[in-house]
Amino acid sequence: MSETTEYAVKMHHVTKTFGKVVANMDVDLELKNGEILALLGENGSGKTTLMNMLSGIYFPDHGEISIHGKQVTIRSPRDAFGLGIGMIHQHFKLVDVLTAAENIVLGLDGKATLNRKEVNKKVAEIASRYGFEIDPSKKIYNMAVSEKQTVEILKVLYRGADILILDEPTAVLTPQETEKLFAVLRNMKKDGKSIIIITHKLHEVLSISDRVAILRKGEYIGAVETDKTNQAELTEMMVGRPVSLEIERPQQERGIERLQVIDLTCLNGEGVKALDNVSFSAYGGEILGVAGIAGSGQKELCEAIAGLYPAIGGSVLYAGELNGEPIKERILGLKPDEIVKKGISMAFVPEDRLGMGLVAGMDMTDNVMLRSYKDKKGLFVDRKTPREVAEQLIEELEIVTPGVDTPVGRLSGGNVQKVLLGREIALSPSVLIVAYPVRGLDINSSYRIYDLLNEQKKKGVAVIFIGEDLDVLIELSDRLMVLCGGKVSGIVDPRTVTKEDIGLMMIHVEDEQISPEGGNEINGAGQDAGEKKDENPKEEAGV
Amino acid sequence: MSSKQTQVKEPLIRMVKRGSISQQKAWGIRAAAFLLSLVTGGLLILVLGHNPLSVYKAMVIGAWGSRTVIHETVKLAVPLLITAIGISFAFKMKFWNIGAEGQILVGAVAAGAFGLFTAHIFPKIPLVILMLLAGMAAGGLYGLLPAICKAKWGTNETLFTLMLNYIALAFIKYLMNGPWKAPGSSFPKIAMLVQGARLKKVLGVHWGWILALILVVLAFIYFNKTKQGYEIAVVGQSNNTARYAGINVSKVFIRTMFLSGALCGLVGMLQFAGADYTITEGTAGGVGFTAITVAWLAKMNPFGMLIVSVFIAMLERGSNTIQTNFKIPASASDLLIGIILFFMLGCEFFITYRLIFRGKEEQHA
Repeated sequence: MSETTEYAVKMHHVTKTFGKVVANMDVDLELKNGEILALLGENGSGKTTLMNMLSGIYFPDHGEISIHGKQVTIRSPRDAFGLGIGMIHQHFKLVDVLTAAENIVLGLDGKATLNRKEVNKKVAEIASRYGFEIDPSKKIYNMAVSEKQTVEILKVLYRGADILILDEPTAVLTPQETEKLFAVLRNMKKDGKSIIIITHKLHEVLSISDRVAILRKGEYIGAVETDKTNQAELTEMMVGRPVSLEIERPQQERGIERLQVIDLTCLNGEGVKALDNVSFSAYGGEILGVAGIAGSGQKELCEAIAGLYPAIGGSVLYAGELNGEPIKERILGLKPDEIVKKGISMAFVPEDRLGMGLVAGMDMTDNVMLRSYKDKKGLFVDRKTPREVAEQLIEELEIVTPGVDTPVGRLSGGNVQKVLLGREIALSPSVLIVAYPVRGLDINSSYRIYDLLNEQKKKGVAVIFIGEDLDVLIELSDRLMVLCGGKVSGIVDPRTVTKEDIGLMMIHVEDEQISPEGGNEINGAGQDAGEKKDENPKEEAGV
Repeated sequence: MSSKQTQVKEPLIRMVKRGSISQQKAWGIRAAAFLLSLVTGGLLILVLGHNPLSVYKAMVIGAWGSRTVIHETVKLAVPLLITAIGISFAFKMKFWNIGAEGQILVGAVAAGAFGLFTAHIFPKIPLVILMLLAGMAAGGLYGLLPAICKAKWGTNETLFTLMLNYIALAFIKYLMNGPWKAPGSSFPKIAMLVQGARLKKVLGVHWGWILALILVVLAFIYFNKTKQGYEIAVVGQSNNTARYAGINVSKVFIRTMFLSGALCGLVGMLQFAGADYTITEGTAGGVGFTAITVAWLAKMNPFGMLIVSVFIAMLERGSNTIQTNFKIPASASDLLIGIILFFMLGCEFFITYRLIFRGKEEQHA
């Protein structure tokens, strides 16, 4: 009997395939009662697929799942809830115009009328039990990302889940918010909840989990006790061989000022300032890192410079050479093709690789010529040169593809990014803007991308690197600009600054009074101030 | 709670996406679907009290049995083919032009304006060229309207083009009853095009069929070899990528919809000057909608459209024959065409997905 109750979840020989792609192959996974299990693996190793089978989104091709010792069949998220399993997805599934409490009870059976008071009370009760701060009657669209995540977690708890699955919960959080979340998770553990947390950040694994289960390429590699392992061992299990985790920062003399951004201001779709008087310069031969919480204006910044997003104020100046003559051009307000016509070679690797940078349904040749097909005169396209470039890229960047004729949408994330970055570098740019270039990439591909960026830097290119992993930003950048709610909260030297300092800059624009201990109290509200601009976080928190 | 859950079986049928499928297997599925459609249609014929085999035979003979019926079949295929090519321009950039009917009608009207009222002024060849250009220009401009509105204000092109069909139809009714009513006719109809202005026949059918074949090749080249064709494909896949690549999306919308409408307008001119010699409410006759089926079945490939349009023309011709030979009502023969097309379109699902029944998954491992 003790055997059946020790494990909250047991997955046995679980296999899931999508067409020819094997997402999970014969995976075994055990979650003990009242433990925090980190599920570790590179992107594409099948972590999310495995958890989706537990939460009823996918149905396994093979294998058995037992919950609390009983073999079960989970056909839908409803079945999963019935078994006490709740999953917090990476992409939130909330209704923007409803309040936190309304989202939490949405989809539950109940009376025809909704007793908001009672629901709010119950939500507040759960929140206080685990140490969440939440206003149950706040609308989702007024919430910061971390608050939305709180609502997602509460939604699952409200339904009485005792097995929680969190899919990369820290990806959208600052270091301080992450610590807060971990504190909550520890409270839940004390309360007897069993938790699986999906992540690929090793230091988080080590700080929060009791055990670590590792997946590699869809296969179960093994599980280890957290306090008996270290980063190097986990990496080796994850990648399959020892990997050096250091990122190079080659010494390079700073070149000329390539790009000067002065007081750039843009509005977002709702008419709120997405960028607010942003000023900075990018120099040749350096990597300028840009840090910030997701949605702090990074997307608008890149796109405004690239001519894809309208600005309401400010200017962007480009300095370079055309036919040996020095030129200085105002490029703000120009369309991408007009920028090219001015003889400016600016390369841009957008965040949305397949939705903006590439055409998913087209082959490599057609994607390579996307930026250059207009170069030759005449009615017809020349596919010969792009094809050669494509073949060259495959060889140089070791792109894994059946051939140049395979649609790029069928390639893996890392290879898609190599095609995109390779094409942009092939333009021999003088400014290279990359947005989240390693998102979703495995360790090998990520390091290859860092190398490519360093190569460009050595060639004298001004590289602007929008990143999300602070460790990487600190190690790779020559200077680091921190954005907060569309404002520049500072440009710092990454060699001397700490991660915690940057974390604070990410949620507060300079010279606003904050006390580090008060982080708990004003974290969420501070972010809010970031999104709404110019509101004193203290006042916000007091409301 | 959980004890109840344990009794739940796995779902009866599950859909699984196929990774990739060999051409052979895909064509095998299509062939099977075609046979199944004939069997299902056969049941319908049996219910009607006829022998399916002799009915099917009559359909084939009705479409290909003699020189005269072949001419009729080709005459049906030509407008279908050109219209399908026309709408595939728009469809390739995911601009859902379902207004081919209207574009055909305005093309016919513009051609009619010259054909009916200036035949005594111009010699034949300039007149035909004038009708051709007028038809294409009118169709093109009619197609331009929804494109401009979409480019400027983001209007929905599906509703827009559909509504324009009814406007064109109503306009023709107005012409028939009013300004263009044939002199001396007691009931509303438009006069016939004079003998001398009608399109010349080549091998028994007006030369539109040669034009259609040329267009197949030209469209193929345009889609696959030209910069404009490439731009259409990029816009169709992602507007964002197109903007990123420096493509003026609005310009591509407008240019391509003009071409799309112009080809449909050309069909109107050919129908007027080559087939009907007059304009009625039936000048388009549903071609604009059937052509959507043609374009989809051919996956926007012009050569595929050639095959599919001839196939559908054959079904339509054949269904006419069985109506007269077997006294099968028109609605029943239309039903038969519907069954065949349903199976042909439906089988594409089975080419993309496979179904797994409960307990059968082991064999696929």
